[in-house]
Amino acid sequence: MSRLIIETPDQAQLTVERLYKDLERHIIASPPGLCPVDLQLSFLKVCHAQTCGKCVPCRIGLSQLQNLLEDVLEGRANLGTIDLIQKLATDISNSADCAIGFEAANMVLKGLEGFREDYVYHIEHGKCSMHQHHSIPCVALCPAQVDIPGYIALVGAGRYADAVKLIRKDNPFPTACALVCEHPCEARCRRSMIDAPINIRGLKRMAVDQAPSNTVPSPEKQPSTGKRVAIIGGGPSGMTCAYYLELMGHHAVIFEEKAKLGGMLRYGIPSYRFPRERLQEDIDTILATGVEVNLNSRIGNGEGEISFAKLRRDFDAVYIAIGAHTDKKIGIEGENSKNVMSAVEMLRAIGEENIPDFTGKRVVVVGGGNVAMDCARSAIRMGAEYVGIAYRRRQEDMTALPEEIEGAMQEGCELIALNAPHRIEADENGNACALWVEPQIIGPIDNMGRAKPIRKKIDLQRVPCDIIVVAIGQGIELRPFEEAGIGVKRGTISALSSSELVNNEGVFAGGDCVTGPATVIRAIAAGKVASANIDEYLGYHHIMTCDVEIPNPSIDDKKPCGRVQLAFEEAHKRKDSFLPIECGMTEQEACQEAGRCLRCDKFGFSAVRGGRTLKW
Amino acid sequence: MVNLTIDGIKVTVAKGTTIMQAAANVGIIIPKLCFLKNINEINACKVCVVEIQGQNRVVTACTTPVEEGMVVFTNSPKARETRRTNVELILSQHDCVCATCIRCGTCALQKVATDLGIYEIPYKQEIVDEPWDRSFPLIRDSKKCIKCMRCVQVCDKIQGLKIWDIINTGSRTTIGVSDNKDIRTSDCSLCGQCIIHCPTGALYARTDNPALFKALADPSKVTVCQIAPAVRAAWAEAFNLPEELATEGRLVACLKRIGFDYVFDTNFAADVTIWEEASELIERLGKPSAHKWPMFTSCCPGWVSFVSFRYPEFKDNLSTTKSPQQIFGAIAKSYFAKQIGVEAKDMFSVSVMPCVSKKRECAQPGMRSSGTQDVDMVLTTRALIRLMRSEHINPMLLAEQPFDSPLGSSTGAAVIFGVTGGVMEAALRTAYKTVLGEEAPDDAFTSVRGLEGRKEATFQLGDVTLKTCTVSTLRKAAELLEEIKAGKAHFDFVEVMTCPGGCINGGGQPFHESEAYAQVRSNKLYRLDANRKIRQSHNNPEVQELYRDFLERPLSHLAEELLHSDHTNDGNYAK
Repeated sequence: MSRLIIETPDQAQLTVERLYKDLERHIIASPPGLCPVDLQLSFLKVCHAQTCGKCVPCRIGLSQLQNLLEDVLEGRANLGTIDLIQKLATDISNSADCAIGFEAANMVLKGLEGFREDYVYHIEHGKCSMHQHHSIPCVALCPAQVDIPGYIALVGAGRYADAVKLIRKDNPFPTACALVCEHPCEARCRRSMIDAPINIRGLKRMAVDQAPSNTVPSPEKQPSTGKRVAIIGGGPSGMTCAYYLELMGHHAVIFEEKAKLGGMLRYGIPSYRFPRERLQEDIDTILATGVEVNLNSRIGNGEGEISFAKLRRDFDAVYIAIGAHTDKKIGIEGENSKNVMSAVEMLRAIGEENIPDFTGKRVVVVGGGNVAMDCARSAIRMGAEYVGIAYRRRQEDMTALPEEIEGAMQEGCELIALNAPHRIEADENGNACALWVEPQIIGPIDNMGRAKPIRKKIDLQRVPCDIIVVAIGQGIELRPFEEAGIGVKRGTISALSSSELVNNEGVFAGGDCVTGPATVIRAIAAGKVASANIDEYLGYHHIMTCDVEIPNPSIDDKKPCGRVQLAFEEAHKRKDSFLPIECGMTEQEACQEAGRCLRCDKFGFSAVRGGRTLKW
Repeated sequence: MVNLTIDGIKVTVAKGTTIMQAAANVGIIIPKLCFLKNINEINACKVCVVEIQGQNRVVTACTTPVEEGMVVFTNSPKARETRRTNVELILSQHDCVCATCIRCGTCALQKVATDLGIYEIPYKQEIVDEPWDRSFPLIRDSKKCIKCMRCVQVCDKIQGLKIWDIINTGSRTTIGVSDNKDIRTSDCSLCGQCIIHCPTGALYARTDNPALFKALADPSKVTVCQIAPAVRAAWAEAFNLPEELATEGRLVACLKRIGFDYVFDTNFAADVTIWEEASELIERLGKPSAHKWPMFTSCCPGWVSFVSFRYPEFKDNLSTTKSPQQIFGAIAKSYFAKQIGVEAKDMFSVSVMPCVSKKRECAQPGMRSSGTQDVDMVLTTRALIRLMRSEHINPMLLAEQPFDSPLGSSTGAAVIFGVTGGVMEAALRTAYKTVLGEEAPDDAFTSVRGLEGRKEATFQLGDVTLKTCTVSTLRKAAELLEEIKAGKAHFDFVEVMTCPGGCINGGGQPFHESEAYAQVRSNKLYRLDANRKIRQSHNNPEVQELYRDFLERPLSHLAEELLHSDHTNDGNYAK
């Protein structure tokens, strides 16, 4: 008889472990628009299967909760049932011995808070209020609703120019999105249920690498309507709007404050991520439609500025897309010292090809977002000897994409996580010489699920440095618009989801200036929405289509296959220059990756309702 | 061209052909349930699955295009087992009470299951019974619904009405009235296309046969029956009668055997319709500014209800002439009742129609010009067939009988009312005579024929240029109305029939999985027209007699009272 044995999992346990992973991926790829009560019941069933069966509230309570939810779903419940569910879940939450029980009950309580009206609808109508609308997960999650399965199939067939044409039906910045889109489309890709999401951005990149956007002509313009639309801001949102308006036959006139077009694509994203000549490919195609551009033109009431009232008078409609280009302050002592700069200032200088020299300097970047990573990685390229990233929470709490954080670290940036900026120390000449930080421990989780830092009970730490870059967000310069009577809400321009402004007929707004700093694809989507609604406002109903036919899906078995990742130049080679760092796919890789697409436009619910949107 | 092998047979077909079509080309009929060409290609039932050599998973033959070198097995063990399992699963949620089902013998699911030899279902039966107002002419039995989604697609793609929708999500996904409405308050036109495309007994027309037996057995009632034009094109399909036996005379004999006192023809009323409608058109053309244009036909209750529900601004464009069914009802209970000395209330008037919407039309408040409901009951063609079966009538053994007089004679113009373009052609024959004083040549208006959804034609009648448009399906009708509203379409006279191809394809007609029947039925009606001695409504001697002895002339005071309805004020189709 052995007194102890080394435990090894048996076949059943190993299989269950794999099934847990399968279920996780299944949940990640859950389609939108499902009945929340039905899902709640299913979650409850999983939780109940985990019970050890010892305590009453968990063993019996979760079972009775399921019965009550069944009653709601099967039309056997009344409004009192909701109260009973609430009471039972509360009692389980309060008395179950362990997390298996009380957390299962808490999920039900959260559901009652979040979608109580759906419970009521079920009880009152005997059916669900939810409808299955978005049948193609990637398209549903793309703010601009780009025809993703369509262009993936085209890339798979080697028809790159057709892919660019198809993308452009909904998004005139195929190159920008191929290089820097945050790809929300990949989040619920149904392929995850088999292995991993399709590398959608990588495939788009293949299309624009093989068929650069300025070599693929845009569609023919509709006959001129004689209408003129002023567009304030030559960033992705304003230029998207201008592009579609021109195709519809209206004349778009852009007023751009800076010396070049591109907005944050030029003045916010460093060129190692998005080379300027690639940006120019998209800009050239857009301008080729006939968009008129006024550079160095500021809207306002000051000298040399164009008043908003005049624009409104001179044009049939106005689209405000000024972005978010002002910096935010931390509000700590010493912030006005010399050599303390904002991320906006630093990246703008780079965008203007007026690159500061950081050779031999110690740089501390404050912030944990993508902009902070851009600043840190740029600082490395500008010759800094040391770059630290100070952030008050943990690395996993940073809002920057994980690959951006990883890239920064590979290039030699150091994370100073769990350290909140306290004050800036300046030398006798007023130059910043150190950032004092308050060490933190991670603490309780708030309602949004985010862990809050708490002061660590040790002394302040001194981080010696020569330059401090503050990257804690951007604001919007609203004053000239507020003065012109444009409504403002919480630091942004107040616009409807149609991009119209209340009480300002003929004036539309969208992009970062409405949403606050967001992503390029959301700005593009806003420009597209605005162009359609401006067209309607002007009394037209032009339809945007693309005549590219897409290949049929293959009937091959869907065997699991790894996701092709884009490679990067090696860190030691790339960190000394602003040359592009990401490498595209080979044809072999693109073909395999495109072949992984499950073609949700043809299979599943799309076959009945929805499917591809061929026009807008 | 693409070369492939199906069950060992070499096949060459055009690129883009589906496996199912390619197999059919060499005589291999792959079973299917949900598939409807161009309407429901959704790979849902997975009954038509086939195995492809080299592939682990089976594919649906209905939608998968052939590929060069493909080797297909339609009955390999894997294909057979998968198909069988899927049918068993469908049956596990279907109320398999075939003996008492209205679709027994015409049910596609029943056929697939019996063909596959499924006699036991190893799964738990899960039948969902949802409430439904069974007094409405269209009935949905949730216990029979297999969620093939054909009804949703048919209503959407053929009619553009979207009465049906997919409701709930996940395992509770089912079919219901869109926007969670009640069917009565929906805009359903009762075209019945969902019924004739339903593979099972989940959708059917309200059956009124029991009440009919009561009337037939009541000695105080005189029972009269009218038969719509399209009925004669389809009734015999159910009995597999050869063409030469499938005659109008034999149909009359069947109805006599059932026990009707008088068997008349809706075609008689169709001829009257033309007298009234052609006169109305000519009158409107005389005072163009006093009327809204174009003038629309009003024979089809699906169409009239559609205008009332969705486009009330076009109500005044509708001809005020009632439909042939209602004209017949009004004349039978006035003119004919007087002739035989019977009061309207003692007459029981039944119509046999290819239509479900007629069941609602006859019950409208504006359809009581005899003081009682002019048409008491509407039977669909299918109900007639069921009636003949229940009365154990074998039409093959019956000698032909003529229609009764005086409401039984009709012209070729009336018989083509049953097909799209027919009302238009019939009206043009009479308008031509009225305007030019001579008969139109036989082939003068054949350009309005054909089963396409929309046909436009221009005719010169002396000084009058008549621009006509013939439309079938409400989707096409809505497109036309939108064009008219936008000032993009200009016509004088427009015929609309709700069902694709007209009444021959009506929602009350016998079931077929094949679309080819529309053409066969259409040909039959045009053949009857060509063989009629009299082919113009204005030459029907019994109709001439009706006007001479009773109505005086078209649009007379009495004609207006009995045969016309002011769509804006008649209270019909009020919700």
